[in-house]
Amino acid sequence: MSKVRVLVGTRKGAFVLTSDGKREKWDVSGPHFAGFELYHLKGSPVDPNRIYASQCSGWFGQLIQRSNDGGETWEAVGNKFTYDGVPGTHQWYDGTAHPWEFKRVWHLEPSLTDPDTVYAGIEDAALFRSTDAGQNWSELPGLRGHGSGPHWAPGAGGMCLHTVILSPTDPQRIIIAISAAGAFRTDDGGQTWRPINQGLRSEHIPNPTAEVGHCVHHIAMHPTRPNTLFMQKHWDVMRTDNAGDSWHEVSGNLPTDFGFAIDVHAHEPETIFVVPIKSDSEHFPLDGKLRVYRSRTGGNDWEPLTQGLPQSDCYVNVLRDAMAVDTLDSCGVYFGTTGGQVYASSNAGDTWAPIVRDLPAVLSVEVQTLS
Amino acid sequence: MIRVLLPQHLRTLAQVHGEVQLEVEGQPTLRSVLDALEARYPMLCGTIRDHNTQQRRPFLRFFACEEDLSHESPDAPLPQPIANATEPLLIIGAIAGG
Repeated sequence: MSKVRVLVGTRKGAFVLTSDGKREKWDVSGPHFAGFELYHLKGSPVDPNRIYASQCSGWFGQLIQRSNDGGETWEAVGNKFTYDGVPGTHQWYDGTAHPWEFKRVWHLEPSLTDPDTVYAGIEDAALFRSTDAGQNWSELPGLRGHGSGPHWAPGAGGMCLHTVILSPTDPQRIIIAISAAGAFRTDDGGQTWRPINQGLRSEHIPNPTAEVGHCVHHIAMHPTRPNTLFMQKHWDVMRTDNAGDSWHEVSGNLPTDFGFAIDVHAHEPETIFVVPIKSDSEHFPLDGKLRVYRSRTGGNDWEPLTQGLPQSDCYVNVLRDAMAVDTLDSCGVYFGTTGGQVYASSNAGDTWAPIVRDLPAVLSVEVQTLS
Repeated sequence: MIRVLLPQHLRTLAQVHGEVQLEVEGQPTLRSVLDALEARYPMLCGTIRDHNTQQRRPFLRFFACEEDLSHESPDAPLPQPIANATEPLLIIGAIAGG
């Protein structure tokens, strides 16, 4: 019998939600690490019981937790993130040079092949890797050092490296995204990097088509089509079919193309999901209606999915890492809100129901499909 | 022997209850006490002092004998009641918020 485990990071702890393959009844475990911000939790694709979690607070800084039993027990592992060499500077909000300073880990991406290897995307933006199950961390300095680093500037949420995509077909290829620098790719295992932002247009920067400076919110990929990426930019939903060499807009008939979360159906590489948000100054759904939009055509043609979601007086946000899919035959889709709800659909978005309604603000949602 | 009282979240992290008792060689200082604390409870590394700068985290305070030692030199001798364990060194999470 299949089982689904949903890993939820919130402002005040982590929660583990489990169900059988029907996804009708859920057990809720937590809060784990009560009182701490859990920016992200993610399990190893190789060993699903190996889960990594980013735990932080304004009082006690950054911690990394590791579970070897599917989230029942946890162990604090290495939390020392030291930039390689002299960190240098990036741009501050006012355009002045600002020293690179470690603040927190936004995203943990376990290796597709080795449960002891895991990547960490951090603020101020850099990519780190551990090859000993999180005990020790080393920067992949080619990213910050490739040349444009001194020109990167933070978005409103900080200068965070929030997206890490490991190619399932090319172990040397990694794609990352930084707010507000843009997307970058390495094809040599992280030694050298280049911006992959051609085709992005951002009206809020001096040169709207600049090589770097774009506020990318999230990127999603279907594992069978590693060259096709879908991006929720600050404004605009974008698509590339050549691993980021060039992008084109697929916002189509979305009522607003601002948003944070984006994901791809587990079995249909041209079916994608976004949650349109009204604007960058009003981080809530348009008209108070929480709607997931689904495109079955890889973008441009979108349909609202509303059944089971609040269609009045709803003013929550859905953050960039707070949407995920399972891989059961009928693809499940999950997302969490800043209002503390985690919604699930067991039929690719046709209908929705809340698993939980009253958690702290949800920062991240990941799903594990277990056999 | 030195007595140290951690804030609740750090007691949870270190899996200890109540005060921590540490052995420190020579005249105890904030630095030597924190070094001993982190050596015995490695999971606390980086949570009280920044890993790289070794500076006290801004929202933490060090109190002892009804005095705030947070801005003292980390190498200044701690008060005698701390050194002879009649008083604990208090590591306090500062109240924040409104």
